[in-house]
Amino acid sequence: MSSLSRLSQKGVGGNSRRAGRITLEAITIFLFILFMVPFVMVVLNSAKTSKEIIYNAIAWPESWGQLWTNISLIFNNRTVDYLGAFVDSFLITFLSLLVIVVFSAMAAWVLVRNHRDWAVWIFMIFVAAMVIPFQVLMYPLVRWMRVLGDFLNFKLLGTIPGMVFAYLGFGSSLSIFIFHGFIKNIPYELEEAATIDGCTQQRIFFQIVFPLLKPIMVTVLILNGIWIWNDYLLPVLVLGSNGAVQTIPIAVTAFAGAYLKQWDLILTSTLLAILPVIVLYLFAQRYIIKGMVEGAIK
Amino acid sequence: MNNKRLVNILFLFPTVFAFVMIIVVPFFFGLYYSLTDWNGVSPNINFIGFKHYMNLFTLPDFLHSFVITIAFTAINVILVNIVSFSLSLIVTSNLKLRNFYRAGFFVPYLIGGIVLGYIWQFLFNNIFLAIGDSLSIGFLQASFLSKPDTVIWAMSVVNTWQYSGYLMLIYVASIQSIPASLMEAAQVDGAPYLKRVIHILIPMMANAFTISLFLTLTNSFKLFDMNFTLTNGGPATRFLGTPVKASQMFAMNIVDTAQANKMAEAQAKAVVLFLTLVIVALIQVTINKRKEVEM
Repeated sequence: MSSLSRLSQKGVGGNSRRAGRITLEAITIFLFILFMVPFVMVVLNSAKTSKEIIYNAIAWPESWGQLWTNISLIFNNRTVDYLGAFVDSFLITFLSLLVIVVFSAMAAWVLVRNHRDWAVWIFMIFVAAMVIPFQVLMYPLVRWMRVLGDFLNFKLLGTIPGMVFAYLGFGSSLSIFIFHGFIKNIPYELEEAATIDGCTQQRIFFQIVFPLLKPIMVTVLILNGIWIWNDYLLPVLVLGSNGAVQTIPIAVTAFAGAYLKQWDLILTSTLLAILPVIVLYLFAQRYIIKGMVEGAIK
Repeated sequence: MNNKRLVNILFLFPTVFAFVMIIVVPFFFGLYYSLTDWNGVSPNINFIGFKHYMNLFTLPDFLHSFVITIAFTAINVILVNIVSFSLSLIVTSNLKLRNFYRAGFFVPYLIGGIVLGYIWQFLFNNIFLAIGDSLSIGFLQASFLSKPDTVIWAMSVVNTWQYSGYLMLIYVASIQSIPASLMEAAQVDGAPYLKRVIHILIPMMANAFTISLFLTLTNSFKLFDMNFTLTNGGPATRFLGTPVKASQMFAMNIVDTAQANKMAEAQAKAVVLFLTLVIVALIQVTINKRKEVEM
């Protein structure tokens, strides 16, 4: 960082340099505030009644106690099971990330270590599929998942395992691509030595290669995690908009649909949807940013 | 050797199986259904050939969605990349709080399109109006979401707010991989900052531009979630003499068509979306790669 830190200096006199720096600082602070305003407004208005919002949306809330009232209204709501959606969202995201990371790393390793035509072809097909827009697949997918579920005698539609299976299918392309780029740069000598010592292939992968993937794993987890946690169309098609299993985005749209223009409830439900992600980010932001930057140009 | 072959098969199986079941099979079904009379209700599906494709370009709602999607994409690609590139310069400068800013600008990317659509609907329809009223600013006194000619810009502003922090990191990664000696040498030679950015930084970052342009192009074209909760296609306007939805983008047009039980027509539209994406992406990457080579 420091090597480039002098870029913004004029390199002429001290005064103009300082002026340039103050200008940059001012512009940055202005932009930063602009970026944060939406969050501030959500918090402020989640602590108001519907009447208060209509009367004055930019005022400070009359009492912060209203925030707890709104939150309990959300959690005790009869039409939308918000807490259930929370649990389901968490399970779906966690399990999907687990299978995507482990299985994609395994596949990428096989595809890198075999210099054969079939490996090249499989990799190319995975990568090419990234261009297919979801809209081409979504309706046939639902129809097909019903057929497949009947055939396997296992319900895929409306269930968490069905959701996780779908996410593995959609997430594997990008994840294999990212892992592939990273594994290519791992020297082969380590594995070669282990093979000569009579180590089995599966042990080589799980004991030598997999631990080496930690830095890039963060990138794969973040990219997939943000997407799965916030995804709407796939869950709504697989789970339905009022099925037994729900995700947070589905619950938020259900609220907005049931309480038209009741911004006190809608905003509180968005606040609750954002909160866990922001808290997680505050704790892990250093690793997240580092992982994203490292994975960006690969 | 046998162990190796077995491991190859077992290690590839989970992802390949899921990929074939979830993507490959539905994709080919999707292509086939666009050539049928599938309506989502009747169990019988009959092959009818290219009839839907012939009809598509006579449908005003579809043409309108196509046109505004291209308009939105053009606006959005420029806006998002200018903002994210500027942010990347800021957070790699000598500001003391640069890491704090870097973390902050990334936050909106964590918020999903569905949720932020509602948040920004509230901002446009309530907060901006309240500010406009209390300060008597004329142009803030009508919501940007209520007029056909401003709604596309409003969506682009929201998308820029969401994606800039993510693309900023791609640019940051690229800036960090440039040897600092290059910029320092130019600085010693007395090249002003802006000149150094234009003549050294931007050419050296060609690779990052290829990636982020590709991402913004394809994402703008496929946009659905934020479109759905921010505007739901509104307001109403007229196009080719028929009433259409002013902000109904390509993806939403497909979903709305399917919800009207015109499944096969929706499939045909989706296939057109796919082909358009492939063509646009190929053209963009080819042009950019050529630029990268010239550097």
